[in-house]
Amino acid sequence: MARNPVTWLGSPTFPRAAAEALRDPQLRRNLRHATHTIRNKRANAVAELPDWERLRLAGEAIKNDVLFHLDTYLEKLEAAVTARGGVVHWARDAAEANAIVLRLTREAGAREVVKVKSMATAEIGLNEALEAAGVGVVETDLAELIVQLGHDRPSHILVPAIHRNRAEIREIFAREVPGAPPDLTDAPAALAEVAREHLRRKFLSATVAISGANFAVADTGSVVVLESEGNGRMCLTLPQTLITVMGLEKVLPTWRDLEVFLQLLPRSSTAERMNPYTSIWTGVTPGDGPQAFHLVLLDNGRTATLADPVGRAALRCIRCSACLNVCPVYERTGGAAYGSVYPGPIGAILTPLLAEAPEDKHVASLPYASSLCGACFEVCPVRIDIPSVLVHLRAEVVAAKGNRTPEAVGMAALAWIFGSSRRYEAAQKAGALARYLGHDGTISRLPWPGSKWTVSRDAPAPAKESFRAWWRRTRG
Amino acid sequence: MADARIEILGRIRRSLVDRPAAPAVPRDYDVTRPVDDLAALFAERVADYRAKVSQVTAKKLPAAIEAALRARDAGSVVVPADLPASWCVNGFDWQIDDPPLGVEALDEVHGVLTGCAVAIAETGTIVLDAGPTQGRRALTLVPDYHLCVVRAKQIVGTVPEALAALDPVRPLTFISGPSATSDIELNRVEGVHGPRNLEVLLVT
Repeated sequence: MARNPVTWLGSPTFPRAAAEALRDPQLRRNLRHATHTIRNKRANAVAELPDWERLRLAGEAIKNDVLFHLDTYLEKLEAAVTARGGVVHWARDAAEANAIVLRLTREAGAREVVKVKSMATAEIGLNEALEAAGVGVVETDLAELIVQLGHDRPSHILVPAIHRNRAEIREIFAREVPGAPPDLTDAPAALAEVAREHLRRKFLSATVAISGANFAVADTGSVVVLESEGNGRMCLTLPQTLITVMGLEKVLPTWRDLEVFLQLLPRSSTAERMNPYTSIWTGVTPGDGPQAFHLVLLDNGRTATLADPVGRAALRCIRCSACLNVCPVYERTGGAAYGSVYPGPIGAILTPLLAEAPEDKHVASLPYASSLCGACFEVCPVRIDIPSVLVHLRAEVVAAKGNRTPEAVGMAALAWIFGSSRRYEAAQKAGALARYLGHDGTISRLPWPGSKWTVSRDAPAPAKESFRAWWRRTRG
Repeated sequence: MADARIEILGRIRRSLVDRPAAPAVPRDYDVTRPVDDLAALFAERVADYRAKVSQVTAKKLPAAIEAALRARDAGSVVVPADLPASWCVNGFDWQIDDPPLGVEALDEVHGVLTGCAVAIAETGTIVLDAGPTQGRRALTLVPDYHLCVVRAKQIVGTVPEALAALDPVRPLTFISGPSATSDIELNRVEGVHGPRNLEVLLVT
């Protein structure tokens, strides 16, 4: 089977990429500023709703219902979309989805398409596939545009250019946008104006648009896109042909379920009561909007993820990015270090699950890109227990390595020591000697193999006397 | 094509050999919440997005429309064909979207005047469903200034109440403030591709 392109080819393992990222003080400043801004805003937006926890529980339950009856809901969705004049396509993997979109674009006679930011199309490398076939792709989301013009990679699910500050964005626009004013300042409003001018003609003349979908309602066939700038509305309304690529798991059973997610998503992602624009359309409406609508349902590793009873929780994800914004690891390394379309805590579980490449060293390193502090679980609007899935995936990585690795041998030795109180106490006595390596109660450099631990953290120096020895001495 | 469909559905069924029972969805979240004055809450929340809001009486609505358009120097205004005649006050170039105007024409007008389907107080949201007084979606998208008339009786309190009042199969647009972006350092900045100016006349 073709290698799933969720990750960027040739990415180093997470620890190596993280060490590299940590050497960039500008990146760390940009990320710290952005993540702390959004963290406080999100906390306020969430605190406003007295029923937030009940909404999370409902969101979790609805998504579980979707996953456990995914076949039923997808068939219902297909029937509803078709009944309203839309065309549904099924794609097993990235290559198949890209081929469908390319064929539909050619059939519509377009040599250039406008695009709304979408994680699904980033995951399948749609832009690269279309460009390789001679079709121009215009990203219309401001942050995607910054990434595209900066010949850069996205580093955040919601704000792909989060690693860039306003001065850097000004540089990119001044260099790359034809007709950018020579006296362009780094005021965000001025930068937004450049994007508006640059894209206006494209919107008004485009014949084919490509979007993702936040939700699709099985019983009505309605598709939902949330956005801020109006670039989404432009793409969803003005062109004659609309092609929407949607991960299978985005389907919702009923119209009523939207009442939960239209509250959970905006407050979790941009930390607003509501995002500026939400578009909902059902098939084709004569005289209003695109007269041809195609919905591409994308598998690309999702059905395989569904088979994992622990890992399948990751398919509840609604791509809000709240877990990225609160993660102490993400805040320091940034998104690029994950080497995946999906960075941050959710990326550390979703990437290995979708990629189906346990032998890949980079992919296998991702479940370790976490301190397991649990902040991600606390903010997740659909209550994905990311730390538990991380631990589960770490166990799979270890199991895949077999029982001859130094780690496996070490663990077997530990099991033997723990198996008898005599051996355990002897080991404690020997271990206590390590305190001579310490200074002020911490050890900052252990000899190999302990050096692998202390290269990035201090170890506490062991006590001179174990609890058991102390107990015997004072109470025995 | 057909094989992809069959294969994907087959993969799902194989992946769900355990077919866990999905527990019932707990619906004990708030569908409605007590609010003293829906119109006041709506006005406050819309203003939070830096949209302009004025409260007017039904009798004074035409005068308020005229004042708003004058203040913006909006000489040419596009309107859906079924807008009440009294809204189209004298002294402006009213462009009626019948037959439908091209996008270039929509790009040249100074603004658009519409009503709405539903409004949500708690989130300061206006919902358009392409129904009476609203026209097709492009009308409220391409012009840079959107003047929207909201009647107090169209305002509901919460998101669940709004969804229950809407017809899912109509093309729906939820508008919460003017076009904005959070893409530069995660700060909200008004004004990108959609109308950069949203003004609401709240008829109470």
